[in-house]
Amino acid sequence: MILDLSSSRDLLLALLPELVLTGWSLVLLLVVAWRHRTAGDLRLTGWVTLAALASTAAAVWWLWWHTARAAPGPVPVMVAVDDFRFVTDWLFLGAAALTVLLSFDYLEREELLVPEYHVLIVFATLGMMLMGGGEDLMVIFLGLELLSVAVYVLAGINRESPSGAEAAFKYFLLGAFASGFLLYGIALVYGATGTTGLRAIGAQIGAGGGGTMLVSGLALLLIGFGFKIAAVPFHTWAPDVYDGSPTPVTAYMASGVKAAAFAALFRVLGEAFPAVAAWHQIVWWLAVATMVVGNLIALAQRTVKRMLAYSSVAHAGYLLVAVAAGPEPGSAAFLFYLVAYTLMTLGAFALLAAKGRHGERDVLIDDLAGLATRHPWLAFALAVCMLSLLGFPGTAGFIGKWYILAAATSAGQGVLAAVLVLTSVISAGYYLPVIMAMYMKPEPFAEAHVGMRLGRLGYAVVMVSVAGLLFFGVRPNRLLDLARTGGVGVQPAPGVPPAAPAVTAAHASTAR
Amino acid sequence: MYARWVLTALLAWPAVAAAAILIAPPRWAKHLGFAASLIEFAISVPLWWTFVPSGGMQFVCDAPWIQVPLFATGAPWSIRYSVGVDGISLFMVLLTTLLVPLSVLGSYSYITTRERAYYALLLVLTSGMIGVFVALDLFLFYVMWEVMLIPMYFIIGVWGGENRLYAAIKFFIYTMFGSLLMLVAILALVYLVGQRTGVFSFDYFHLMRNLGGLGPLAFWLFAAFFLAFAIKVPMFPFHTWLPDAHVEAPTAGSVILAGILLKMGTYGFLRFAMPFFPAVALAPPVATGVVVLSLVGILYGGLVAMVQPDFKKLIAYSSVAHLGFVMLGIWALTLQSVQGALLVMINHGISTGALFFLVGMIYERRHSRLIAAYGGIARVVPLFAAILTFVSLSSIGLPGTNGFVGEFLVLVGAFRTHPVAAGIAATGVIVAAVYLLWALQRVIFNPLDKPENEKLLDLTPRELAVLLPLVACIVWIGVYPKPILDRMEPAARQFIESVRPPGPTATALGP
Repeated sequence: MILDLSSSRDLLLALLPELVLTGWSLVLLLVVAWRHRTAGDLRLTGWVTLAALASTAAAVWWLWWHTARAAPGPVPVMVAVDDFRFVTDWLFLGAAALTVLLSFDYLEREELLVPEYHVLIVFATLGMMLMGGGEDLMVIFLGLELLSVAVYVLAGINRESPSGAEAAFKYFLLGAFASGFLLYGIALVYGATGTTGLRAIGAQIGAGGGGTMLVSGLALLLIGFGFKIAAVPFHTWAPDVYDGSPTPVTAYMASGVKAAAFAALFRVLGEAFPAVAAWHQIVWWLAVATMVVGNLIALAQRTVKRMLAYSSVAHAGYLLVAVAAGPEPGSAAFLFYLVAYTLMTLGAFALLAAKGRHGERDVLIDDLAGLATRHPWLAFALAVCMLSLLGFPGTAGFIGKWYILAAATSAGQGVLAAVLVLTSVISAGYYLPVIMAMYMKPEPFAEAHVGMRLGRLGYAVVMVSVAGLLFFGVRPNRLLDLARTGGVGVQPAPGVPPAAPAVTAAHASTAR
Repeated sequence: MYARWVLTALLAWPAVAAAAILIAPPRWAKHLGFAASLIEFAISVPLWWTFVPSGGMQFVCDAPWIQVPLFATGAPWSIRYSVGVDGISLFMVLLTTLLVPLSVLGSYSYITTRERAYYALLLVLTSGMIGVFVALDLFLFYVMWEVMLIPMYFIIGVWGGENRLYAAIKFFIYTMFGSLLMLVAILALVYLVGQRTGVFSFDYFHLMRNLGGLGPLAFWLFAAFFLAFAIKVPMFPFHTWLPDAHVEAPTAGSVILAGILLKMGTYGFLRFAMPFFPAVALAPPVATGVVVLSLVGILYGGLVAMVQPDFKKLIAYSSVAHLGFVMLGIWALTLQSVQGALLVMINHGISTGALFFLVGMIYERRHSRLIAAYGGIARVVPLFAAILTFVSLSSIGLPGTNGFVGEFLVLVGAFRTHPVAAGIAATGVIVAAVYLLWALQRVIFNPLDKPENEKLLDLTPRELAVLLPLVACIVWIGVYPKPILDRMEPAARQFIESVRPPGPTATALGP
């Protein structure tokens, strides 16, 4: 189905998922205005949110099923109509849905009876969808702000908790700072090329535009994105914010928010700057630094939540390897990895939320000792999540890592691949102790795990993620296919010379 | 029918049985485990007769697994479920299926906690080990190589000795370190070959046919494979995980570690590292380095074994020495030495396995592995002493036992190409005699001066049932190794040809 974006009907069709979700968000706001007191109200808004996410996913599916594409024309395209957008949309919606499912019990347990929680999740998801589909720097920026503002509030939604307030404040300050970098970058790029459309920028650069202003704009953009994806050295906010936020919000930030920033980064680099060689080297070093530093600091953590926070920094490094491999092989690997990563992160955080009662921040790795005898299934689920995070064969995490490695080696980035696997070995040093504590250490005292409880919906989240991890670990074919077709979306406009192989090769040799 | 499905059955059956054990009542666990592993053995036995020595790769089963174009413009990446055995892997498979039921039987009284999980893990481990030996697709090989890590990690970490957590994580991280670099090398290999041929396939034979012309990259790829396998063997500077893992593991864990897991390293050299990169492997600096490291392993392993106060650690270090012989035999690259290396691989599994069983049995009675805790127990436990003596002699390489045949072949073969190395390696046999006979003297002879040892019970019928099959193998291979040598000869010959293209030297070396 070819959509002519100059006709308003086709434009509405192209924006159908976003419009559906916006409509639902208004409905939700109205519901919340009248029903915001009891736990029952909270459950009601939760289910409405799930309905909103499901119907949006259906709208995305409808577009995907008809292979909707934008007709080439004079109208500047603001939102892409391609498989990359559809696949990332599903990912964001899925992460949001799992987060909502996870939150039902959590919010009641922690007495956070604020139904606005769900509205904020919907707004954040809408922002993510705009980021994943933005075909224009301004749309991406708007999406980012919509997302960020909602998540700032979500991080501090527990007003009783000082650490929540600290997290929200830190996230807000540094996030605003990063947005400033991003906006400056956009301004400079606009100054250099006279446009904010991604493909138009690509065409300008291909035609010989650019210069110092463009490169400085690109550098500022990279810093802005670096903050959002928590790449080293811009990661310092992440552990504190992840640590202080309510656990379901942390899960959502570590999976969905990061995924959105990465999706936008992919699109910007792949469509607007394929011909600029400078970013290859920058991303190369960012990836190496993020993998090494993230893994090493995670090794020193003793609480599970902080360990997972730093491990998510390390995983940002793995995803940066996919970025460094270039959009062509990298984007498919990136999409697959994100699915696996979302599943395993959500599973792990769901189990952590079940373990901690009023204080999952303080759960030490050793506090899990003996869990396998008391709760064998929960221990098994957490073990699967850990092994998948480690990238162990038989889990989706392995296929994801393997795909990134394949992309990196095929792009001639052998050194980067070697760094990836060596830092993965370091990560065994902090994922395995979790398994070790659960299975190989005795329960410290008889009632150690008595408070651990996972509600029915929490169980559903864990089961979905564990089943997904194991299934895609053995039979990834369909998902690989989807990721590959989705990756095709991120291509420079026809006629723009892609990053010459010589550039990559030269870069690889200097890096070596 | 049998030929097509046997390997798949060998792979799938233990996993299915493991699931059954997990849901059955705990008190059945060990019996179910034993029955399942016996059935596994029974499935594998006909391989011995139906195997055609000159038939190359056989019992092949092949099906597509992941065949999708990975990248937007690329050709499909073909990952297949592809298994088969030849004269090299046949014996590794049979050794696995033989040792597993014995390990299960040997664990009956040793394992008292979480029995279901233990026996299920042992069976999953069996699947993984068989998978490593039969995989003909490098992706499958890698998956199996890593999958077998987890059960072993748990077996050491949950049922091991006091220092088990340290040993388990050390074992895991060492192995993973090597194997992940191998993964990168496999991917690079597939990509390079794929670029040239247009087919991105992990198939072993496809890669074998189209390798060559890798240039300086070949060295790095070989180095990655080498590291993975050398850690597993383990070769001299990479061996430090082995004593810890062996000593801390429960008896069956040690038996399987020594008997089978170490062989995966040497198998990897025979199957992948050398045939893929013959030019690098045989380049004088590399070849000399490997031979020297093997010799160091033989002598160093023996000397360190000599001074161990702990019997189990002594056996662990003796493994380093034995595997040194295997490496020397492989790199000497004559028909006799390669056959000898294969035979040492089998013998080491049998003799060292039996030694670990024996140490485990006496440990269950006395709760000490220290050599100094015993002395003169031959009078109290004559049957145990007799079998320990016999197995030790086979491990030393007394003529008439299996140990002699293997090491003799390695030395004879190596003498043709590396006379000096063979001469030095021969002294390793003497060192082996010193450490084992000395330990024997201190454990079962000498005066019986510890009152705790006076009431030791001799071997039970169950323990005899564990040991006698191994003793029978020791005698059989020692007296009449011909059927085994006949079955491995074409494969050994083919290995040599694939590494060194047939020329005057290669033919001159034939018998």
